[in-house]
Amino acid sequence: MNILSVLVIIPLAMLLALLVSRNRAYVRTVVTVGFGLVLAAAVAVAVVFLQERAVSSEAMLLTSSTVWYAPLNIHYAVGVDGISVLMILLSSVVAITGVFSAWNMERDFFVWYCLLAIGVFGYFISLDLFTMFLFYEVALIPMFLLIGVWGNGKKEYAAMKLTLMLMAGSAFLLTGILGIYFTAGGTTMNIMELSQMSIPMNHQYWIFSLVFIGFGVLGALFPFHTWSPDGHAAAPTSVSMLHAGVLMKLGGYGCFRVAIFLMPQAAHELSWIFLILTGISVVYGAYGAVLQTDLKYINAYSSVSHCGLVLFAILMLSRTAMTGAVLQMLSHGLMTALFFSLIGVIYSRTHTRDIREMGGLMKVMPFASVCYVVAGFASLGLPGLSGFVSEMTIFVGSFEHTDTFRRVLTILATTSIVVTAVYILRTVGKVLFGPVLNPDHLKLGDAHWYERFSAVALILCIAAIGIWPSGVQHVIYESLQPVMEQINLF
Amino acid sequence: MDFSNFLMMHQELGLLAIFLILIVFDIFAGETPVMKWFRPLAVFLLAVHTVAGFFVVEDGTAFGGMYVTNDLTVLMKNILNIGTLVVFLQAGEWLRKEDKGIREGEFYVITAATLFGMYLMISAGNFMLLYIGIETASLPAACLAAYKKHQEKSAEAGAKYILMTAFSSGIMMFGLSYLYGATGTMYFEDMQSLITMTPMTVLGFVFFFAGLAFKISLVPFHMWAPDVYEGSPTPTTAYLSVVSKAAAVFVLMLTLHHVFGGMEKVWYYLMWVITVVTIVVGNLFAIRQNDIKRFFAYSSISQAGYIMLGVLHGSEMGLSATVYFILVYLFSNLAAFGVITSVENRTGRTEIAAYNGLYKTNPKLALVMMLAVFSLAGIPPLGGFFSKFFIFASAAEQGDYILVFIATVNTVISLYYYLRIVKAMFINEPAADMGEVMRTDVYNKASLVLCVAGMLLVGVVSGVYDYIDAIGF
Repeated sequence: MNILSVLVIIPLAMLLALLVSRNRAYVRTVVTVGFGLVLAAAVAVAVVFLQERAVSSEAMLLTSSTVWYAPLNIHYAVGVDGISVLMILLSSVVAITGVFSAWNMERDFFVWYCLLAIGVFGYFISLDLFTMFLFYEVALIPMFLLIGVWGNGKKEYAAMKLTLMLMAGSAFLLTGILGIYFTAGGTTMNIMELSQMSIPMNHQYWIFSLVFIGFGVLGALFPFHTWSPDGHAAAPTSVSMLHAGVLMKLGGYGCFRVAIFLMPQAAHELSWIFLILTGISVVYGAYGAVLQTDLKYINAYSSVSHCGLVLFAILMLSRTAMTGAVLQMLSHGLMTALFFSLIGVIYSRTHTRDIREMGGLMKVMPFASVCYVVAGFASLGLPGLSGFVSEMTIFVGSFEHTDTFRRVLTILATTSIVVTAVYILRTVGKVLFGPVLNPDHLKLGDAHWYERFSAVALILCIAAIGIWPSGVQHVIYESLQPVMEQINLF
Repeated sequence: MDFSNFLMMHQELGLLAIFLILIVFDIFAGETPVMKWFRPLAVFLLAVHTVAGFFVVEDGTAFGGMYVTNDLTVLMKNILNIGTLVVFLQAGEWLRKEDKGIREGEFYVITAATLFGMYLMISAGNFMLLYIGIETASLPAACLAAYKKHQEKSAEAGAKYILMTAFSSGIMMFGLSYLYGATGTMYFEDMQSLITMTPMTVLGFVFFFAGLAFKISLVPFHMWAPDVYEGSPTPTTAYLSVVSKAAAVFVLMLTLHHVFGGMEKVWYYLMWVITVVTIVVGNLFAIRQNDIKRFFAYSSISQAGYIMLGVLHGSEMGLSATVYFILVYLFSNLAAFGVITSVENRTGRTEIAAYNGLYKTNPKLALVMMLAVFSLAGIPPLGGFFSKFFIFASAAEQGDYILVFIATVNTVISLYYYLRIVKAMFINEPAADMGEVMRTDVYNKASLVLCVAGMLLVGVVSGVYDYIDAIGF
């Protein structure tokens, strides 16, 4: 059996084990051990991948393919390159920290959580368009119940809105995938094989648009981002973490792996439209965050801005910018997970997320507050943390283009950094420093050990990327070779 | 006379035998304690018949081309058998519960009679036999709709159904008379070679199609469906929405291919429009429903629209995708109706509000219902995802991307109303009087297990599709 399939089988086994479980201790054991194993498997995949990479020049490693539906050439085909390995690592880290942030949740919550994990890991290892789409939908549907049942605030509205918008995206995607399959000759669904075939140009236009928008909905592409603030705000802590940290990356990854890779010519010709839209996401998201008073809404809009930057960089179609895009996916995934877990810590104690009602939390819960400051610094791009590396790479890569249009857009996008600093520093100053506004808050305790665990783990990863970016960067840069070959054909 | 012709009809003969055994049993044991064996007997006989159907396959025609049997027709009959078996399993509990004014045995006997009519529809090689089959299938179905004869709604449903049936049969017969007038034959084979595109044949085809469209409940011939579905006893609704609809689709597919192949230009555009309208109208009306049976009526109207996606190109891939879709639809829809029957038997309620908090009171029923609606909405890893994918692929194969796009976007609308049910069951709080745990009898449990297994396995195990795909026209 292929080592990659283990990543899907472990969550599946966990799900089945949870279905027969009775008490909370058993549930906790299953999920911690299970997601620990997933993390171990992800690290093992990374190690094996690095060993293979040293001796092989193939674009995809650890591949295996089994015929599933022969009449439509559907295979269960898996394989990874450097980018998917990093995404798998990110997902496994966020997944286990999410478990610790959801320490007191009941069994049913984790059943859906495991289903979500199956979808996420299956998606990142898939090389076949059909299985990729299948896992994509598997990852989306649990969100409805995770938010609808265990969320707070306008949870039913948010759950319905999020599910329907993302499913509408996947409806676009389904049409696009069928278009790719049949216009490329109807002989294979394998992404690597499809990239060797040519899709007629008149079809590329509409297929590219459908696929890019389809994935873009999940990647918070303006104007399809509106599910994100409501959804993230209503979701329970660990679901926000996994959703903003990992699920939104599914969108960026898909745009890159399917839309750009398979239809490079349309990407060249249509990129300007989507560059404008993503540019709006970047700037609008940042300004939107400034206006919010709810901690989760601030972070949700900030996610729109940061994820918009991922799509923005991908559409620049230059190798440096794309490296930055992948780095940004990692960086944003980690720091937004950290943000949401800390917001969860604060909210579970103060029972408010309104920044106007809080103040001086540094005195009350120093550990959580310090972590929050670190997350804020990562978000506004302080050197030494991951945010700086990724944004720097993106903007340098984008500015490599010599045409005025892209340069102007890049300059406009960089303004988001300044705005980010505004809302981060304002929140930190208001909530963490200053006098304690509410005397009741003085009685509150700091983070529990399980909450500390997830915060520390995430901070370590953020710092690791910030301090030693070249290792990660190198892997990404090399893995971009096949895409660049496609793009440079035109 | 050569009696070997009859052997070719072994499926019909088997069903006829079951029918006769049951009717004799019902007559002689009707009022005695022996009657408690009726239900196990009926289920057992049909189960044996269903399983046997998969083993004996014989190609050929009988009675001078009047009757046709081959791999495809046998497969179609097998699918109908599975559906009927599930309905048999689900019906018993309700039949026992009702007042003594109705006879338990008759339900099974009448259902077997309609199934016999559907066999004839599918195996027909001549429009006369097809017509006889349709009548045999429809008239007893009206009895099933009016089965709760003391209830106004059920009687109304029966009356509506019989009027609709008579009307649509009349229209179909009218169309057939035109076709006969133009070609001088009723045999499929001869008509296919003689038929040409003249105003008369086109008109004849359109009337014939309209007659079938009533049965499939395509928009604008769907008006009867919600009323009949709501008024009929729930097992009848399940039967009408799945088995009866499937048979009509099969017949449409076979006649389009075997008779009207040369008129593709006519039926393609006609059906394209009807398909789109059916999907959209079914979806939009389903959103507004508060009664779960009406809700499933509209949902099954829009599902019929998706089925048409595979039919309207008349391609080989469309054929396998359609048959596969119907199989998955059968499991999904019958699972939903199994739950509806259980809830209705306990609470007597059919509004969606009756499902509030079902997960807290009856987690297993709620899970089955959730899987059923997710499968209908096309969520992986359930069968509905695969069947939708294949049926969209069959339309995309012909380059009909606009239709595929309309259909995929409509799946999102359908997801909205399916999620309403999930929301009611999982998120809403249960009403105070819903606290009791419902007990479903063992037959209904078996039917739900069968349906859930079908939904989960038919998709993930690719062998089913491969098996269907290997059987061409």
